Amino acid sequence: MSLPVLKAADFASDQDVRWCPGCGDYSILAQMKKVLPELGVPREKIVFVSGIGCSSRFPYYMNTYGMHSIHGRAPTFATGLKATRPDLMVWVITGDGDALSIGGNHFIHVLRRNLDINIVLFNNRIYGLTKGQYSPTSTEGQVTKSTPMGSIDHPLSPLSLALAAEATFVARSLDAHVKHLGMVLKRASEHKGTSLVEVYQNCNVFNDGAMAYAQEKKQRAENVVELEHGKPLVFGKDNEKGIRLIGNHLRVVDRSEVPDDDLLIHDEKDPNPSIQMMLARMRHPEMPEPIGVLRDVAGVATYDDQINDQVKLAKEQRGDGDLEKLFNAGDTWVVD
Amino acid sequence: MTTSKDVKSVSGITVRLAGDSGDGMQLLGTQLTNTSALAGNDVATFPDFPAEIRAPRGTRAGVSGFQVQFAREEIFTPGDTLDALVVMNPAAMVTNLQDLRKGGILIANEDGFTDKDFKLAKVDSNPLDATVINDTYRVFKVPMTRLTRDAVSEHGLSPKIADRCKNFFAMGLVYWLFGRSLDPTLRFIEAKFGKKPEVASANEAALRAGWAYGETTEAFGESYQVEAADLTPGTYRNIMGNQALAWGLVAASKLSGKDLFYGTYPITPASDILHELTKHKNFGVRTFQAEDEIAAMCATIGAAFGGTMGVTASSGPGIALKAEAMGLGMMLELPMVVINVQRGGPSTGLPTKTEQSDLLQAMFGRNGESPIPIVAPCSPADCFDMAIEAWRIATECMVPVMLLSDGYIANGSEPWKIPDIKSLPQIQITHPEGADPAEPFLPYLRDKNLSRPWAIPGTEGLMHRVGGLEKEHETGNVSYDPANHHLMVETRANKVAKIAERIPDQDILGESSGDLLVVSWGGTYGACHTAVRRCQEAGHQVSHVHLRYINPFPKNLGELLRSFDRVLVPELNMGQLRMLLRSKYLVDCLGFNKVQGKPFSVSELIEAIETHLPAAVAA
Repeated sequence: MSLPVLKAADFASDQDVRWCPGCGDYSILAQMKKVLPELGVPREKIVFVSGIGCSSRFPYYMNTYGMHSIHGRAPTFATGLKATRPDLMVWVITGDGDALSIGGNHFIHVLRRNLDINIVLFNNRIYGLTKGQYSPTSTEGQVTKSTPMGSIDHPLSPLSLALAAEATFVARSLDAHVKHLGMVLKRASEHKGTSLVEVYQNCNVFNDGAMAYAQEKKQRAENVVELEHGKPLVFGKDNEKGIRLIGNHLRVVDRSEVPDDDLLIHDEKDPNPSIQMMLARMRHPEMPEPIGVLRDVAGVATYDDQINDQVKLAKEQRGDGDLEKLFNAGDTWVVD
Repeated sequence: MTTSKDVKSVSGITVRLAGDSGDGMQLLGTQLTNTSALAGNDVATFPDFPAEIRAPRGTRAGVSGFQVQFAREEIFTPGDTLDALVVMNPAAMVTNLQDLRKGGILIANEDGFTDKDFKLAKVDSNPLDATVINDTYRVFKVPMTRLTRDAVSEHGLSPKIADRCKNFFAMGLVYWLFGRSLDPTLRFIEAKFGKKPEVASANEAALRAGWAYGETTEAFGESYQVEAADLTPGTYRNIMGNQALAWGLVAASKLSGKDLFYGTYPITPASDILHELTKHKNFGVRTFQAEDEIAAMCATIGAAFGGTMGVTASSGPGIALKAEAMGLGMMLELPMVVINVQRGGPSTGLPTKTEQSDLLQAMFGRNGESPIPIVAPCSPADCFDMAIEAWRIATECMVPVMLLSDGYIANGSEPWKIPDIKSLPQIQITHPEGADPAEPFLPYLRDKNLSRPWAIPGTEGLMHRVGGLEKEHETGNVSYDPANHHLMVETRANKVAKIAERIPDQDILGESSGDLLVVSWGGTYGACHTAVRRCQEAGHQVSHVHLRYINPFPKNLGELLRSFDRVLVPELNMGQLRMLLRSKYLVDCLGFNKVQGKPFSVSELIEAIETHLPAAVAA
């Protein structure tokens, strides 16, 4: 059966988008609408589930099924949905506060279970909807409404956390780098298992330019390294720099001094996440920050497959459940 | 095996078996219950055990007990006072003796009464030697440990393992005393220990030795026999509350043609529902042990959104954690069942003890105006029916339904007349199909029950978004309009209130007017029913109403309340149902309240009823 060819506009709901003008969320929404028609999945088979926060208004703007749930819990709604309806494509839309603070527990558990869903984490390093308090990804010393003397919390990296939870797909992109973002969202959708995409997203009201070092085209080349599977890690305005593994550390080297064969070759398929974790730990300004797919490991059983396989197996082994048989099994007696 | 000694026929027996947590008293109690049920008696049980898995050995805190009443008449409680008490050590004796009736039988494992045991139980001297004890009760000192070792010696078990068989020795003796057949327990031993033949044969030897001890020792002059009860004809089995609840959910799933998704987090006393349901995956049951209570609730909502039968269960502290998500479930207007197997609160409270103190939490424990229907089974077997009823209401009204069980019902057991499958109510569920593409789909359009359509993902043309923000009437779009909010709050409340039109009228035991009406709910049914019946037999104008539907109340309840001079509401809380009744009906209900982690006894209820009868009130 051939599917009708859909366009980005077919995925727009009839609701007015209410993010602040200039918000990075618009770009993510646009890329999502652009990517979905390419997947060939009918709209009614797609569900967006979100938590609470600016990013979590996302489902209202998509002409698919959607659920705007409660703070931090989106992965758990997705778990119940996908476990019982494996035929659906489920996207979780979340933010840095939603996923890593109030929902930190669910975030790690959905990743370890490898439920076949896609999580897009909008990271703007600030609480936007509650108007400007620091978030779990805010930098140390950051002055916000709730940290007038500077934040004393050490920030959390969603990529490191995901890798520690043995996530099977971990990636990062930028709202300002639309082509790259579209590519990463598509890769995430193609992965079987939980895929986590962190998107650096600019909150132009409460934390404007927090990630300008990566977002602005002029600075990006110096501060970001684009990962490609099987390729050496190179960056810089003229790709003049590379990343090399020296001992237990990643170091920036000058390509004029080091042969490319000695540079770190990116392996997103490596089941051992150790090097991927080292990449996730590259932080600005000491190191360039990686974008792209850090990890994409195939062949790990998914939670939804397994929960349904057990039901199938039980039916094969014992036959379809029969109430009569269940009630009468074991010791019974008859009263005349 | 039949006894050659005298057999005395009695109408019923109440026995409690008490020992250390590791002594296997729960196993012994369960076996005696099943055997008595198979003998055709009516049975009711009350297991009572500590929250600790292994409290310090020999101490009072470590005592685990199991009470069972079996009778030839229909009974509704595990009994007030004991006809017989079996104790394995002094701690078990001193903590349970107060419930043994004068002249009752006390069987003690003499080998468990050493100086060390007295010290652990904090008693000065051997309580078995006290003159007052021997004058008040019929005391049988049995060297169970030694006799068990002798009986199993040829099976080559270490003394430590051999000593573990002593509960089977005690069981054999109890079986002899009450004329119970050994066969069901022999079958159980074979099934449970068949893979370890030496353990199986040792347990069997201990069981037979216990029986033979009763038969041969001169200490026991006679045994007792309870004839089969005159129950409604049918096929019966013994069933525990949590098991009946699990089976009711499985049945509801079948009757509605929906697979069951059960999201939960382990908590006493609800976990056994999970253990039971995991056995029935061939019924399409998917169980999800979540990372926490919140995840369990939310996953249940996710499953409901997808068109599956979503159920979660917990106990008070877990329900507190689920509250926010439950509010979302109510707001989304999706069907699901939330089970609270109540235990002693507040906070962690008394995990293994029973209480009814989460009623107001069920009614009001969410932010905003957030009404949800509440049903409450009245006995272990009733859990089956009310689980089906909860799912019926949930699907008919597109709303989460709270089912309030409690620890007493959950762990208690009684004979259950196996229903004719064909007689069970079918639950009709329809999902809208793709609508005319020219017409916008209205996900919050109401039917005659004020219920909205359950449109599920995957259905072409019905794409819609749900969420916790207030929704516009009919369209379901986000709306902050003041008048719309008022309308939606009212509609959600009316939807629940209208359920009263589709539940049975409240029935009443006794006349529909009189001096005193006793109103109860939940697990106190048996005790209240028995107490009222006894008062009626004594000629008093007392009637009994037991509520299984609490929100909304049955529509004739107000009239019933107003037809009596006085209304007494016994509850295992500080007066939560009473508060609801008074506020709704403006009837001056009186309370009889107990929060000791223990069920009501019939005698204390009779006493409470008598203080409110005209003679007592006039005096």
